Amino acid sequence: MSEEKIREVLESVAPLLVDGSPHAVALGLKIDQLEPDCIIMRAPYSPDLVGDPETGILHGGVVTALLDHACGLAAFAGLGAQDTPATLDLRIDYMRPAQPGLDVIAEASTVRAHGLVVFVRATAHDGDRDDPVAIAQAAFMVTKASQAATERAKKAFGQGETK
Amino acid sequence: MSETLLQTLLNTPYVSKFGVSFDYRGDELTGLLPYKENLVGNPLIPALHGGAVGAFLEITASASLIVSQPLDRLPKVIDVAIDYLRPARAADVYARAQVARSGRRVANVRVEAWQGRRGAPVATLHGHFMITPASEKTR
Repeated sequence: MSEEKIREVLESVAPLLVDGSPHAVALGLKIDQLEPDCIIMRAPYSPDLVGDPETGILHGGVVTALLDHACGLAAFAGLGAQDTPATLDLRIDYMRPAQPGLDVIAEASTVRAHGLVVFVRATAHDGDRDDPVAIAQAAFMVTKASQAATERAKKAFGQGETK
Repeated sequence: MSETLLQTLLNTPYVSKFGVSFDYRGDELTGLLPYKENLVGNPLIPALHGGAVGAFLEITASASLIVSQPLDRLPKVIDVAIDYLRPARAADVYARAQVARSGRRVANVRVEAWQGRRGAPVATLHGHFMITPASEKTR
């Protein structure tokens, strides 16, 4: 599938990519950019997601979920926006705590998509992408369960003839 | 262990938002992530969000470090590697951690999460945490 076509599919399903995921909604995740080669997502700072009340720093779990979601979207785009991939593994290095009060932004891109497996890299920062909060590397795979889910989604939303 | 620190962890906004609790018996701690709709990542499978399961594993790792020795502060995560072994169904998740090594500054922890059957884990975590063991004075 051409990059143009992938971009079109991504745009057509964009509203579902976050709002279709209750956990992403609960964390208030937002999509900043939806390009086939680079997905940018944001976790807005919120007092109810704090992990250390003394400092007001966001819980590491928010960064984990943000990175997982952004990497998942990058993997979806890397697979030609056709199959929903499942996470095989996710490795995260936490460089420093995010600054209290600031949104955390994750930028994810596919390194290589090979058959049913996709490798993704992502960086999370709080404003300056050269001063990362965390760096992640993940592998995704198209599984039977995720394929069945994609089929159900296509049926439910009359996709396939997505314009 | 520090009762207060474990309570601090339970009271942090993020941990209480998702209703995580711990069952601490003898020297074994089990974490419980009760199923809630806001944990679902993909409603069509339906499966819990990988990030929610990953965060729960991190929280259980922190709790097991707190109960394994007196600490002055909450552990800080340095790195984690999470393996997703099975889709986590829309149901409660349990987790138990093993502190593989605990030094003066860094601890190495392994955590396993399961749902129906302990022998069929849904995810495992292996990570390093920065710790601040309680000084003799504050012990």
